[in-house]
Amino acid sequence: MNLFALATLYDTLIAPFADHDVMRRALAATFALSFSAAPIGVFLMLRRMSLIGDALSHAILPGVAIGFLLAGMSVLAMAGGGLVAGFLITIGAGLIARATTLREDASLAAFFLISLALGVTIVSLKGSNEDLAHFLFGSVLTIQNTALLLIAGIASVSLLALALIWRPLVLECVDPGFLRSVSRSGGTAHIAFLALTVLNLVGGFLVLGTLLAVGIMMLPAFIARFWARDVTGMIAVAVGSAAISGYAGLVLAYQASLPAGPAIILVAGLLYVLSVAAGPVGGLLWLLLPRRHLEA
Amino acid sequence: MTSSAVTALRFHDLTLGYDRHPAVHHLDGVVEQGALTAVVGPNGAGKSTLFKAIVGALKPLAGSIERSGFAARDIAYLPQAAEIDRSFPINVYDMVAMGLWRRKGPFGGIDRKDHAAIEAGLAAVGLTGFEQRSIGTLSGGQMQRMLFARLLVQDSRVIVLDEPFSAIDGKTVADLMHLVRRWHWERRTVLAATHDIELVRAYFPQVLLLAREPVAWGATREVLTAENLDRARRMCEAFDEAAEACASEAA
Repeated sequence: MNLFALATLYDTLIAPFADHDVMRRALAATFALSFSAAPIGVFLMLRRMSLIGDALSHAILPGVAIGFLLAGMSVLAMAGGGLVAGFLITIGAGLIARATTLREDASLAAFFLISLALGVTIVSLKGSNEDLAHFLFGSVLTIQNTALLLIAGIASVSLLALALIWRPLVLECVDPGFLRSVSRSGGTAHIAFLALTVLNLVGGFLVLGTLLAVGIMMLPAFIARFWARDVTGMIAVAVGSAAISGYAGLVLAYQASLPAGPAIILVAGLLYVLSVAAGPVGGLLWLLLPRRHLEA
Repeated sequence: MTSSAVTALRFHDLTLGYDRHPAVHHLDGVVEQGALTAVVGPNGAGKSTLFKAIVGALKPLAGSIERSGFAARDIAYLPQAAEIDRSFPINVYDMVAMGLWRRKGPFGGIDRKDHAAIEAGLAAVGLTGFEQRSIGTLSGGQMQRMLFARLLVQDSRVIVLDEPFSAIDGKTVADLMHLVRRWHWERRTVLAATHDIELVRAYFPQVLLLAREPVAWGATREVLTAENLDRARRMCEAFDEAAEACASEAA
């Protein structure tokens, strides 16, 4: 390879991060998020709760908006507000599902529709359309040190908590009846897991906004389903593809002057399409190839 | 053997049900330690309801269940329709290893002894070599064998099986029944619900014949008489007649 090509490669893939503090911070934030949000996404998918993440990500908006109303563009106030709103709505939806015939997904859907409307209304009380876009789609390239520390904290807490509840969580997914017959930890694991989901959506909000936060959580999980057969493998693939999407998305955004958040999710979307088409575990391509069945 | 039998379970005027409608009515009696008891009765007789109460998943409407020397969670329980998500990516080995939960909890490691117990359980049900297979690839019979391997690993003194032999072939029933008899020899207390009267006559020394109310309870030969079975059956027929009457009225 000649020197010129090497220099071009450096300019394309590394220089954006070497030259710009903003890009480095964005990369660190997306990597941290990849390590915690992607495993959560895998469990959401395995528990058939893929759309719950979507619903919850909207649900945090009014909390964020109230934080913004009270303290302006303060990361801590907005994240705190989002966290409180997320927890309240998770608990509220759970209580309504338990007390009435409405199922948990239905009552969550009701909450998130109300939350979204409420959130947008509150933001427009004080802010501009630009602020609203900032909330909905994030602003990866304006991440400050406070937000970066917060995201790193969320990622650390999530990984630790996930390790602690791993066994009951897996068992709760695969055979809840058995877990109930030997232990009471199923309920605790479920609540802890929902709390982690909210926590990571708030982390995701700081990077990608409420609408796109769920993308870095769920798309890598769906990608992983086409590459691995066991939970551990799926989580490895999900983390890897989230990190690749983060990096490639930032490079793409820098080189083509695209908005960074959507670029990250678009790269993840591209990986998803490739996985559906050619993933070794149940990809479409393998259905089309005529392969003889095995002897035993 | 009439020598001083120790009680494992005692029911005091037990009434169980859902939404205040009784499914088991005024059950009194004792399950002795080491007894192998079949619970027989028509559909809707309250067999599953009784088992749920024994393992502590259902609170009695009235009366009580006394467990001697063990907690509800110490019972190894195989529900009728296990709520297993068969699409979940987990292999047979890990599934059977979950039988260790009472001893290992959420954090305990699996040592060489546990590994041997898991392998022995798999060997006993004829699933050696299936360790790495994901549970979604198992047939109905293999699934039931795997769940029995997990019961073996649980190593409980009390085992409750809710219709463990429905919808599986004769060979599998024979193999699994062999394990049930082994548990009996090991003086474990076993309760099993089944509709297979011939199986009960062949292997179960004790029978509880249930039709919402206990029809008879005791030695198999004395309980499974034509008269008792007829009494239990009549309740079913009464139900059928009611259904017919309803249909003819509508016509």
